[in-house]
Amino acid sequence: MLEISNLVKRYGSDAPVLKGLDLVVEGNTVVSVVGASGAGKSTMLRCINRLVEPTSGSIQLNGRELVNLRGANLRHARRKIGMVFQGFNLIDRLTVMENVLAGRLGYVSLYQAMTRKFPQTDIDRAFHLMDRVGIAHYANKRADELSGGERQRVGVVRALMQEPEILLADEPTASLDPKTSEQIMVLLQSLASELSLPVLINIHNVSQARTYTDRIVGLRNGQMIFDGTPGEFNQEALDAIYGGIEAPDETGGEEQPTEEAQTP
Amino acid sequence: MKETKSGADPLTGQKWKKPPFIASPWLRYGLLVAVVVYLYWTFNTLPFNWDRIAEGLPRAARIFGGAFPPSFERGELMWTGFKESFQIAFLATLLGVILSIPIALMAAKNLAPLPIYLLGRGLIILSRSFHPVIVAILFVAAVGFGPLAGILTLILYSIGFVAKLLAEKVEEIDWGQMEAMRAAGAGFFKTLIYAVFPQILPRQIGLSMYQLDSNLRASAVVGIVGAGGIGSTLMNAFGRYDYDFAFAILILIVGVILVSEGISGWVRKKIW
Repeated sequence: MLEISNLVKRYGSDAPVLKGLDLVVEGNTVVSVVGASGAGKSTMLRCINRLVEPTSGSIQLNGRELVNLRGANLRHARRKIGMVFQGFNLIDRLTVMENVLAGRLGYVSLYQAMTRKFPQTDIDRAFHLMDRVGIAHYANKRADELSGGERQRVGVVRALMQEPEILLADEPTASLDPKTSEQIMVLLQSLASELSLPVLINIHNVSQARTYTDRIVGLRNGQMIFDGTPGEFNQEALDAIYGGIEAPDETGGEEQPTEEAQTP
Repeated sequence: MKETKSGADPLTGQKWKKPPFIASPWLRYGLLVAVVVYLYWTFNTLPFNWDRIAEGLPRAARIFGGAFPPSFERGELMWTGFKESFQIAFLATLLGVILSIPIALMAAKNLAPLPIYLLGRGLIILSRSFHPVIVAILFVAAVGFGPLAGILTLILYSIGFVAKLLAEKVEEIDWGQMEAMRAAGAGFFKTLIYAVFPQILPRQIGLSMYQLDSNLRASAVVGIVGAGGIGSTLMNAFGRYDYDFAFAILILIVGVILVSEGISGWVRKKIW
């Protein structure tokens, strides 16, 4: 169970990005976090595994306080938090297997890491997970030779290698084409139930959030303004989260071509 | 309206010229005048002794005349000198590159805390501040004539170059890979091995090859001040007026540099 309470994050002396956020994620629910760019989604996710230092507040994972952990304690806590990134963040020049095994870096010794002498149980687990997501035949290929969807699968497997208690995904499908991104969402959804793992997904694609997740959390200006099931996520909620935002990105961009198409 | 329709644009009478590189005319012409004045002053104050230069010209002609045809008779001596130069260059490159890695990491702003960063940058600046010939003179004075002085000189020379460029590469790495390793719970050294080294490896190999090439060239130069190698052989040949032998050595150096440049260029192209 993940419990975030009164989380505040302020960069320098600017206005806070997160203004007292509260969020509880229980069991193996898949929660999507939606919100416009700059709403604080990514900051919230990165506060959980402390890639970003929270200014104040509390984050507890299964009863363990994560804020204020240091050194080895922080590294041990991070092992239990898997993370999937928008840009995949694979080590391009290493093989797929090395990338996958990198998920075990928190568990092995420096010597084992350096010589790539990972325990057999880790290798078994790696092959098992790669097989599950369909990339086992790429084990010895260089990570940068794979396609986007395959690379994100490597990213997911790397995160799962950590034997995480929660999986964070920071816009995992934003760099992928629509079809591949659906596949990754399906994968995350089914892995969550197979491994009974809570998953927190930052996502821009609202229809995917509705389809593939159990619960939607809407952020705006660092505050939670919606929390409910996909069924409850109606036009009103959408307007509240995205409405009146200065950059008229999708609506403005899509309307004009249709008008032009109608004139001839 | 009708004129524009016919295709000819109306005459506006407006002129256009490319704006000058230096906008202020005072600064523009002032700089020009300053350079000319300085040149005039330089020529008037430097002690060019035209008589002696005129005397030297036939001497130069005699030296070059004596150099033809180049004599490869003492090939053995040349071979020994060259072998020593290569050994000096190779050892210096190896040690220099190994030492460059920690210094480059220290001198990378994105990895090192400020005091360490300043120390790293300081070491690089220190090893870059003197030309290898000056460093070689110091080391010859410190450890005596011979290859050790040459090796020490070129180690310093390698650090100055490799560590600086490597540090720049470290500062350019994709930070996402660092984040991913840290998110997996990896500590500093594991993050270094997985997220940093693979990203800088091609540059590291390229720099090492380039540096070997460069050290081979420099080892001939530092040899002249007594730091061993083919440079010492060359200096001895000059000292004994063996201009034909000296010329042969020069040809050998050019040949070796050409070959080594070709090889290192080829290797650098093969890795990416």
